[in-house]
Formats: sequence, structure tokens, C-alpha cells
Amino acid sequence: MPEGSTGARSGHALSLRNLSKVYGSLAAVDGVDLDVPRGSFLTLLGPSGSGKTTILMSIAGFVEPSGGSILLDDTDITRFPPDKRNFGMVFQGYALFPHMTVADNIWFPLKVRGVSKADASAKIKNALELVQMGHLAERYPSQLSGGQQQRVALARAIVFEPDLLLLDEPLSALDKKLRADLQWELKSLHQRLGTTFIYVTHDQEEALSMSDTIIILRDGKIEQQGVPGELYEKPATRFVADFLGKSNFLEGTVGEVKDGAFTYVCGGQPLVQAGAAKHTKMSGQVLIALRPEKIALTTERPAATNAVSGQITAFNYYGSAYHFQVKTEALGDLIATTPAWTCAIEPSIGNTIWLGWEPDASVVVRDR
Amino acid sequence: MHASLRRVYWWLIAPAVLLMLVFYIYPLIQVLWISVTDPVPGLGNYSELIDRALIHRIWMTTIRVCVITTAITVVAGYIVAYTMAQVGERQRTWMMFCVLLTFWLSVLIRAFAWVMLLRTQGLINTGLQELGLIDQPLRLVRNEFGVIVGMVHFMLPLAVLPIYSNMTGIQERLVSAARGLGASPWVAFKDVYLPLSKPGLISATILVFVFSLGFFITPALLGGGKVVMISEYIQVSFEETLRWGQATMLASTLLFSVFLSLALVARFVDLKKVFGAR
Ligand SMILES: Nc1ncnc2c1ncn2[C@@H]1O[C@H](COP(=O)(O)OP(=O)(O)OP(=O)(O)O)[C@@H](O)[C@H]1O
Ligand SMILES: [Mg+2]
Repeated sequence: MPEGSTGARSGHALSLRNLSKVYGSLAAVDGVDLDVPRGSFLTLLGPSGSGKTTILMSIAGFVEPSGGSILLDDTDITRFPPDKRNFGMVFQGYALFPHMTVADNIWFPLKVRGVSKADASAKIKNALELVQMGHLAERYPSQLSGGQQQRVALARAIVFEPDLLLLDEPLSALDKKLRADLQWELKSLHQRLGTTFIYVTHDQEEALSMSDTIIILRDGKIEQQGVPGELYEKPATRFVADFLGKSNFLEGTVGEVKDGAFTYVCGGQPLVQAGAAKHTKMSGQVLIALRPEKIALTTERPAATNAVSGQITAFNYYGSAYHFQVKTEALGDLIATTPAWTCAIEPSIGNTIWLGWEPDASVVVRDR
Repeated sequence: MHASLRRVYWWLIAPAVLLMLVFYIYPLIQVLWISVTDPVPGLGNYSELIDRALIHRIWMTTIRVCVITTAITVVAGYIVAYTMAQVGERQRTWMMFCVLLTFWLSVLIRAFAWVMLLRTQGLINTGLQELGLIDQPLRLVRNEFGVIVGMVHFMLPLAVLPIYSNMTGIQERLVSAARGLGASPWVAFKDVYLPLSKPGLISATILVFVFSLGFFITPALLGGGKVVMISEYIQVSFEETLRWGQATMLASTLLFSVFLSLALVARFVDLKKVFGAR
């Protein structure tokens, strides 16, 4: 069972080869190639309808792929029935058996493997304690809160030491605070178990905070994949920059290129961008993504390489931060955020302020 | 709920309550009264339950036929309901139509139709004979077999409807979850689906059993006087032998046995829950 196996990366590796699923004329999953390393925490992230659940259900064996294959440690499991795959699964909405107690729910996967309740009792107890539910073993699911049900579903999915744990938006029904607590718990559980986790969510913060690797899906295809920091700092496309966190988009015409940087003109305003002028169109147009928190806000003109002034049109206070909407002459409406306690400007509507950023604060993205 | 509003609701159902009292409860009390006063006051009629072999036999026949009918109907009804819950929308509509269709035909017509099919020169016997599968016609009617066939046919919708309505409330995802946790299709059905459809099964069983106990036309026609069940014998006592004391005694006993079977079931299950009152 779990404890003791700390650090022992006993997980299995999973690969998808050109996986696709077609419903009528709609390709819900469209040629997905994916390698999930042993013991890693991989997240499928994408907007509603992007094919996350379909991919997960294909891995679990509930959806029959229209094409491609699924490999578990080089064994082709594409045609295996769900009960022969030995994967743990936490469904969206938990799917606890309402006619069984918590303990019996957790016993179920062991029971179908021929383990009597007496022999299973130590494992059941262990699993329950792992999710801090030991005291509620004799309750029925209907007598539990959402967070407690979620924990039971998790305990049931790990008690039989599955080769892989599949989780479909397991926290989406919970309130924000509880979700944050359970995110920590899930992550530490992953570290203790060493099992490979495949996690589905459409919550970008959840994906960023928990995953080793994030796969961004769009219309059944992989848009971009990578470690969270890399995806956040170097989004390849407008879609990724917009979906993972917030972004300002600046569209300009490339001017002079020199010393690993180039200038571009946006709305008559010359600006400098670090890196090569990639993804530039025939017309010389380039698209730049600028994160709101990378813009420095000042009352006087800053020394930063790029600086524009504008008026505050709206702002929100979040306790830890201020979010501003600023109307600028050249660049249109921009959003900028700053930690509240070091905020250098007077937050009031109509106030004229300066926005400044360095050439390496923003990135060039493809416009799609 | 507001107290005044509740009073309005009571007034709304008052005519129905009154109707029940006058036309149902009152005659019922009279039946009970006759059973202990005719021909002489006392429990003489009821002692026949113990003393008379004929009545023993009739009761045994009734219970045997009812138990067999109920068992077959509930199993068949479960299969039909399960299929209905699994197939697509179009097929489901058609199946529901076919199930309800038998409801719209009169009991009499259905019983006669079965006699036509099952009698010695009926379709089934002549068909089997022409195929050379049998030499002598089978005795399919005027016996318990015929009665049970007719009764199962009549009762089937009564079993299908409660079971199906219960099944529509079962989340398919739970069966998937069981499969994902390692259960074979059969184990997932046995350990998850079947227990969740238990309320439907129980209400179907009660409904069919209680209905069969008082069944009259079908056993009378398909039994052809050979399979006499309680209700037929009550009718004979009332109209032919004119022994009203005996007839009312049997009617009262029938009523009590319905209550008794409900009480027995209630010991094991929450009837309010089964019939959706909670
Ligand atoms: N059984 C089905 N029949 C037809 N179309 C389907 C079926 N299941 C999914 N789809 C379609 O496939 C696409 C992908 O669905 P999927 O459930 O994988 O999305 P998702 O990324 O999980 O979305 P969400 O975040 O809303 O859960 C959607 O357009 C959906 O309408
Ligand atoms: Mg989904």
C-alpha cells in the first residue's frame, strides 16, 4: 500500500498514438500523440468541448477510439475492456455507489478482485486515512458533503493500487477554498503514491499549480504542451496566451532588427521586443502577448524601454492585488495588475498614469 | 405550508373522501358484518377455513397460481424494462406503446384470445402437430398452465411500469464506474444495477401479487371450471349456492391476506419509499 513506497517511482507510462474519435461529422479527438512518463502528473487543459473527457474516457476504455492506439508500457490496450485495464478513475460528479457505505464503496474494487472484506480491512482503513475520512467509514454517500464524497471517490480509486489514476474535473463541484485545500492534498498524494496521474480540468490555475506537464487542447487537437512555467512564459499562440492566464495583445509592423531584438510600430508608437521577429506575416505584421502583471505602473514617465501613458477607465481591488483597465492613445485598452501593498499610483478613475515594460517582458505569438 | 391553505386543500379532497366513505367503506363494513352474522351470529363461517378441505384446496390453488404468476411476471417485466432502459429513444417509444397496448384491450377479449390460441384445435396445437413436433394435442388450457399464461399476460404492464420508472432514475455512470474499478459486466449488473433497481422490483412484486389474489375473469375463463380460485368461488357462493355468509367470509379473508402480505413486505422494506410517497 501507499506509504513506504515514497519516491519509488512505481508508476506506468502511457502513450497515445494518433488517437482520434469521430462523432458523426465532428472530430471530438483529432490525431492526438502524447507520452505520459512514469509517475508524472499530466493535465489535459482546454475549453469546454475541446475533447478532454473523450480522451480520458478512451484511456479508461469507455469510449472506443475511431483510430489510433493506446499503449501502456508498450502493451497495446486500445481494445481492452475497462475492467481489464486496472486504472483508477474519479468521475466528474464522483459516481459513488449510493447503496453502499463509504467502507463498502472502497472495498468494491478489492471485492471484484476476490479480496474478502476481512482481508481488505487494513487497505480500506489505510486508504480512508490517506484522505482523512477514517471517522466516516460507516456513512452512506448521501450523508456526506461534496468535499467528503470527493475524498471517498479518490480513496476508492487508489485502494487497489491502480497502474494509472484518471481524474475528470474532480474538484469542479467544490467551492474555491475547499478546492485549494484539496489541490494541495492531491499533489502530496501523488508524491506519496508515485502513481501516474492524468488529470482533466478547464481551470487554468489548477492546471498550473498541480501538473508536471500541461497539454492544452483545442478542438480535439493538442495546441501546445510543456511544463507549467514554460507554457505560461512562452505561449506559442494567441489562444494559449489567452487561455492560460490573461494577456494584452499588441499587433504591430516590424521595423529594424538588431542585437537579438527588433522594433515594431503599434498604433504609431515604436516599441522594442526581445528575440527574433518570428511568425511575422508577409505584410510585416507581428503579434506580441504582454502579461498584465509584467507592466510597471508609475505616475511619472518610467525609464523602461517601452513606455506609454493612459487613463484609468476601471479598476478592481482583490485584497492582494489591483487590476486596472487603462485606455491608451496608441495601444488601445490595456489591462495591468500590481500587488496592492506596493501600488505606486493613486487608484482612481480618470487618473493619468504611465505603463512601462522591458523588451523581454513580452513574447511573440502566432496569431491563431 | 400555511394553515389556511392546508384547509383549502382538505376541502378540495372532501368530495372524494365522502364518496369513498359512502360507496366503499360502508359496503365493506357490511360485508364484514354479514360474514359474522349469516346464517347465525358467530365465527361459524370462519371455522370453514380450517374444517373444509374444499376451501383449503381453493386457497392453495390461489396462492400457488399467484406466486408462480408473480414470479414469472416480475422476471419477464424486469427484462422488458431493462431492455427499454438500454435501447434508443425510438425503440423505447415503440416498446412502451406495445406494453400499454395490452392495457387498452378488455380483459374478456384477451382471455378469449388465449382460449382460441391454446385450446385443443387452437393455433398452437394445430401448428405444432403440422410441424410434426407432437402427435397428440397438448393440454394448454382449462388447467393452471392456461390460467398462468393469461394472468402473466395481463399483469406484465403492471410489472414493467414501476420497474422501468425506477430504472430511469439509475445513473448509467455508476455502472461505468463499477466497470472501471474492475467489475465484469455481470458483476457490475449484479452488485450495482440490480440493488439499485430493487425498489422497482419490490413495488412490481407487491402490485402483481395483490392484483392476482383477487383476479376473476382470466382464471374463470382459462381455467374452465377446473382451476377454481378464491374470487371465482366467492362468485359461485354469492350467485349460485346463495351462501352469503361463506362468500363474505372469503371476501374478508381475501382482504386480510392482502393486508397481511403488505405488512410482511413492510417488515423488510420502507413501503413509503417504494411507492414514492417519500
Ligand atoms: N457521445 C457523444 N456523441 C456525440 N458527440 C459527443 C459525444 N461525447 C462528446 N461529444 C462531443 O465531442 C466534443 C468533445 O467533448 P468532451 O466531452 O470530450 O469535451 P470536454 O473537453 O470534456 O468538455 P467539458 O469541459 O465541457 O467537460 C464535444 O463537442 C461534444 O459535444
Ligand atoms: Mg468533460
